[in-house]
Amino acid sequence: MNAIETINLTKRFNSLTAVNNVNISVKEGEVFGLLGPNGAGKTTTLSMLCTILKPTSGTALVNGFDVVKNPDDVRRSIGIVFQDPSLDNRLTGMDNLRIHAALYGMPDDTAIDRIERLVSLVGLEDRMQHLVKTYSGGMRRRLEIARGLVHTPKVLFLDEPTLGLDPQTRAKVWEYISNIAKSEKITVILTTHYMEEAEQLCERIAIIDYGKIVALDTPHELTRKIGNEVITLKLVNTSQADAFKKLDYVSGMKIGENGDVSLSVHDGAEAIPKIMNFALENNIKVTGVEIQKVTLNEVFMHYVGREIRDEAEKDGRLQTLRYQLRARGRI
Amino acid sequence: MTEFRAIKALWYREVKAYSNDRPRIISSLVRSLLWLVIFGSGFSAARFSGLDMNYQEFLFPGIIGMSLLFTSMFAGISVIWDREFGFLKEIVVAPISRSSMLLGRVLGGATIAMSEATLILLLSFVIGVQVNWINLPFILITMFLISSTLVSIGLTVASFIESFEGFNTIMSFVIMPMFFLSGAIFPFGNMPSWMKPLVYCNPLSYGVDAMRTLIIGVTYLNIYLDFAVLGACTLFTLSLGSRAFKARM
Repeated sequence: MNAIETINLTKRFNSLTAVNNVNISVKEGEVFGLLGPNGAGKTTTLSMLCTILKPTSGTALVNGFDVVKNPDDVRRSIGIVFQDPSLDNRLTGMDNLRIHAALYGMPDDTAIDRIERLVSLVGLEDRMQHLVKTYSGGMRRRLEIARGLVHTPKVLFLDEPTLGLDPQTRAKVWEYISNIAKSEKITVILTTHYMEEAEQLCERIAIIDYGKIVALDTPHELTRKIGNEVITLKLVNTSQADAFKKLDYVSGMKIGENGDVSLSVHDGAEAIPKIMNFALENNIKVTGVEIQKVTLNEVFMHYVGREIRDEAEKDGRLQTLRYQLRARGRI
Repeated sequence: MTEFRAIKALWYREVKAYSNDRPRIISSLVRSLLWLVIFGSGFSAARFSGLDMNYQEFLFPGIIGMSLLFTSMFAGISVIWDREFGFLKEIVVAPISRSSMLLGRVLGGATIAMSEATLILLLSFVIGVQVNWINLPFILITMFLISSTLVSIGLTVASFIESFEGFNTIMSFVIMPMFFLSGAIFPFGNMPSWMKPLVYCNPLSYGVDAMRTLIIGVTYLNIYLDFAVLGACTLFTLSLGSRAFKARM
């Protein structure tokens, strides 16, 4: 049985289709990532899987339970770490976890053992009797992850688990997440717009844009598909770029907004001398060369046509407007 | 059993958060003390017709009513607080019914309001009011009925309000009128006739009257009527609140 199975999952808000016929299946024990820019529909997808939002059409099975017909069964079998903080700052870490256990109907003695184990997994043993308002951002995140696991769910949902954390803290949280995924033998679904995060943690990644899945594979396969390395050339005359398309070791070519020519190749070190000779022979003037390993960032650009970090800064209204324009024109 | 555990957890949460918040406890006790000592002494020189007793003694049960009113209503703010700081999501996704969510909060808010009111009851020794301690069990029952009614009203209102500002606006149109029109600070007898229907519509009037009857043995309405109205109000506001929670959460 798959941990998650969605069937044409769709969510519309008035004229806006936030999630558009999404079909994904996540295997048991897998760490699965939903990668996409802000407003792509990641959180909306997650909210439907967590029974917070009702789908407009289609449905999803979580641990075999239908999110529309058996929401309570779904809720009991999942743990959620929300994008925004959701702890009670006026209480201690321990109280937050105990209240969670009780809300999920756990008897006290079972809860205590479980909490003790999880607290040591996220390294918060000596902070449990302190009020949450004295915790740092990273500690709060770790406490929330532990809380999501208290009632032994089969699937853990993490919505942007490291949003707003500094790089060191982020690396720490990643470490805790992958340890937990292993030791708890749990399925993890996470949304993120950080490429490194998806690459570090996920066994498979679905790239989602404007509510649609545009690519779904392992990070390795996703990068392999668009070539292992990218050579970027600066040309005096960009119109000559087409000549490179003929070369059999060039698997793809793209001209960037600034006129840079990107060539996808299997082995950059081997390809550069060949390309330079080819340019000399054909009178193509090259003023700069750069070689880059393909990262998920390039993969993302390939599928979505723009870099993810630009999107992160756009405000929500502009996003919506662009979305609607694009929905009318292209989709 | 699951629902019972959840109700207990929500009750525990309210009470624990309250006991971690000393300034809140102290400020509400100081507020009551200011009313009793300063307002009470200042007005003890005034003569109300139909009031042949010490004004401070008359005021004392009214101030207990006031404390129950403020503390209970503001327990309703916890929903807005939770929405603002995100904890509401944690409760909403838990596999428990909306009625349990309401009940846990009502019991929590009522516990807080009752413990504050009991502390004020103990202040009677300081300011020299004779309390009929033999009625204590009935006093506690009255406190419970008043506070669960008021917490339910607060929660119902709060479940429709998205911001702190909105809550404060509505509360100033509800809390203050309820307080002034409850007979807490002046006797019913010498009110103008247009005010009387408002007083009879106010559940707190019956609460204050029951308090006054039980604590100092002075009645303006009727103790059986008081209990009947308070009981009915508790049931009505609880079902109102649970409807609001089902619709809004």
